[in-house]
Amino acid sequence: MAERHKVDARGAFCPGPLMELIATLRHSQIGDEVEVWSTDKGSATDIPEWVKKVRHELVSVNQGNGYWSIVVRKAK
Amino acid sequence: MAKKILIVGGGLAGTIVANGLCRQLRDELAKGSVSISMLGATETHMYQPGLLYVPFGRMRESELFRDQRKVLDRRVPYVVDPAKHIDVDKKQVLTASGKSYSYDFLVIATGSRIRPDTIPGMAEGAHWFYDLEGARKMRDALQQFQGGRVVVNVNAPHKCPVAPLEITFMLRDHLAAKGVLDKSEITYTYPIGRLHGLEPVAHWAVPEFERYGIKSEIFFNTKSVDPKAKTITSEEETTLPYDLLVTIPPHTGQQVITDSNLGKGGWVATERNTLLREGSDNVFVVGDTTNLPISKAGSTAHFEADTIVDNLSSLIKEDRWARHYDGKVFCFVETGLDSGTYVWFNYLTPPNPGPPSQMIHWFKLAYNRLYWLSARGLL
Repeated sequence: MAERHKVDARGAFCPGPLMELIATLRHSQIGDEVEVWSTDKGSATDIPEWVKKVRHELVSVNQGNGYWSIVVRKAK
Repeated sequence: MAKKILIVGGGLAGTIVANGLCRQLRDELAKGSVSISMLGATETHMYQPGLLYVPFGRMRESELFRDQRKVLDRRVPYVVDPAKHIDVDKKQVLTASGKSYSYDFLVIATGSRIRPDTIPGMAEGAHWFYDLEGARKMRDALQQFQGGRVVVNVNAPHKCPVAPLEITFMLRDHLAAKGVLDKSEITYTYPIGRLHGLEPVAHWAVPEFERYGIKSEIFFNTKSVDPKAKTITSEEETTLPYDLLVTIPPHTGQQVITDSNLGKGGWVATERNTLLREGSDNVFVVGDTTNLPISKAGSTAHFEADTIVDNLSSLIKEDRWARHYDGKVFCFVETGLDSGTYVWFNYLTPPNPGPPSQMIHWFKLAYNRLYWLSARGLL
């Protein structure tokens, strides 16, 4: 059954929210979702760009309470 | 009854916690109201950052190791018997030899490990310097290398996030000193759309790469290595040929964490300010073992360990918390064989690397010796 993993990368400068997403996807199953919280506005463009390039699936990008919540589904 | 503190893991993080607690709790240890013990996997303690210098013949293997019992305060019994199962409900740790250790407070410091075996062909086709055997093989390969295509391949997650850039600059200087740089081409690959996870470091690296003629391939998430064809291919379907492949392999946490259902990938879910395991009030997590979104690095382990020492001793002596961990990390960055810079940051302060200088490089070389004072909790 697909799971949703949460990555609280608020305040993460190094290696950064996108690298945290990649690390979490490595131990996730196909169909799982990863929800990344980031205070870095660059994540709102970096993560969708990477997801498109690697061909996973972008589920949502939302902003609120001072951070972005980006959900990605592992597609392969 | 004496309060039992058990530290699982004999690397830098666990060792600083043990030695720091011995100083803070010396009266309690003397009267027997507290005991501190440690379970580890090896008799020796390795200075891991020193591995970076081994392939270039700039650090002797013997300089990397000390007897762990000599690094640890003598009041801490050290048992080489790695944990096989951690039961946080029963407050019990089972070891490889079948023994059982109970605790009142547990510090999990089991660290991370490289996993080149998780990418097809990588173990056979690539070199790395993240363990001694790999560093030895890379040293031999560099001695034989007479020029050609060098690929420095970075995978996530990995410890010491600046090491990929350091090895790239050091390789460039090494090939220049050997007189084969004009016959060589260095290509650096990185999983995301810039040269480093840290944006200021990535921006800083761009002109440095241009200055030294180092090529790059961003958005490169390694899919496989073909050791026979000598090619490396990414999930993005880019294939690079190589004569020498140096990889930063992906890491995971230790098997005991996964086997004990304490965290996926071997990373323990940890509260970012208290460094308590999520759901526990007597289990601390330190160093690479946490799932915190910060660098897996020696300095992280050090600053986290200092916080745990203050809080754990304060809880035992005064039944109150002392302070929060603020996410502090400090990293030297070697920018060649004779220059360096540094970055520091925390949860609220972004990093800002300064211009490289020879003096900072010398500081780094000095730290290669001072490390043993850090491990003893004196620095």
